[in-house]
Amino acid sequence: MITEIIFAIGFIILAPFIGALIGGIDRKVTARMQGRVGPPVLQPLYDVFKLFEKEKAVVRNEVNFYIFSYLIFVVFTGALFFSGSDILLVIFALTLAHAFLILGAYAATSPYSHIGAERELLQLMAVEPMLILAAAGFYMATGSFSVRDIALWPEPIVMTLPLLFVGIVYVLTIKLRKSPFDLATTHHAHQELVKGLTTEFAGPTLGMVEIAHLYETVFFLGLVWLFFASMPWVGLLAVIIVYFLEILVDNTTTRVRWQVMLRSAWLVALVAGAINLGVLTLM
Amino acid sequence: MSYITKSPWIIHYDGSSCNGCDIEVLACLTPLYDLERFGIVNTGNPKHADVFLVTGGINEQSREVVKNTYDQMPDPKVVVAIGICATTGGVFRECYNIMGGVDKVIPVDVYVPGCAARPESIIDGVVRALGILEEKRTKMTEKGGK
Repeated sequence: MITEIIFAIGFIILAPFIGALIGGIDRKVTARMQGRVGPPVLQPLYDVFKLFEKEKAVVRNEVNFYIFSYLIFVVFTGALFFSGSDILLVIFALTLAHAFLILGAYAATSPYSHIGAERELLQLMAVEPMLILAAAGFYMATGSFSVRDIALWPEPIVMTLPLLFVGIVYVLTIKLRKSPFDLATTHHAHQELVKGLTTEFAGPTLGMVEIAHLYETVFFLGLVWLFFASMPWVGLLAVIIVYFLEILVDNTTTRVRWQVMLRSAWLVALVAGAINLGVLTLM
Repeated sequence: MSYITKSPWIIHYDGSSCNGCDIEVLACLTPLYDLERFGIVNTGNPKHADVFLVTGGINEQSREVVKNTYDQMPDPKVVVAIGICATTGGVFRECYNIMGGVDKVIPVDVYVPGCAARPESIIDGVVRALGILEEKRTKMTEKGGK
């Protein structure tokens, strides 16, 4: 019990800084890929601090409530995950968090933020089947939904769930808001529909969205690591390689239409899930 | 020092420019000058922006847009008028449809003359604007404290 609480508190305190460091390295590597110098590594932290220095301008007061709930539930998701709780509960908490983000964007009443919210909804629909199938796969591989049991499983789970791992890496691009799936909103300058989902969020409100994104990055990389949990250092290496591939894909592809995103994500989930889980059932 | 000078996000609007200054503004963001190394990001969204770059003189059609964009930016914010047309109206100042420089509509903090303004002078203008941004931020905190 004590260790679980320590892990949860450790996540809550450290994750934004780790997330910011990952984001900073991401921007640096991206800049190098484009032949630029790039911003300082701590730039994501400066951005967040700056946003909290700005005026509290909000379209409607509900927006702040929804975005705050989004932040709280993302933190809750990560804390549940890192304290070794039930993985299904983790996935449902994450979905709830995104439901709040979408409600926030809808409450802001602007055509740009409405279309962004619709696209975020589509992204959520694209990702959800894969996450549920991964949870089912973890259960079939280890006989438990508890992240704790999965992490303490003696063999690397990626050996039994290789296709589900590929599927998770595929939807990771959607979740990390990387090109070609950065439909709802993007961190790049080549934005579409102003800033999509975050168009109407200014100052501290946007700051909360950014912090939630830092937490989410750490959570999803933790999920990637879970596939290698019995070999922690190999897992860390896998996380680094996966993230590097995300940056590479981010810089070499253009944004696709939502139909392509939804179909391809569901196709990957269906093929990876059916084959991987089918083989597991037969074995 | 506050963090606002470490992460100024810009929005760029073309009042009625010939596009010369706009190309120079965008040149600042290319690998050669790479403004992002100072944390500067081109947002294209007034609600996220701290620095408003305006090029070209103001005419009857762009007046409302400039005013609206400026009003949507959360405080503290600065305005940089880029190019001689944005500073005074330039060669177009006598035209029947031109009102003059950007300062006819919104308060301007830094003027960057030139036709077209060079990327070096634009960067210099933005860096000067950051000093003013810092001052505005301090004033805002003092006000908030009272």
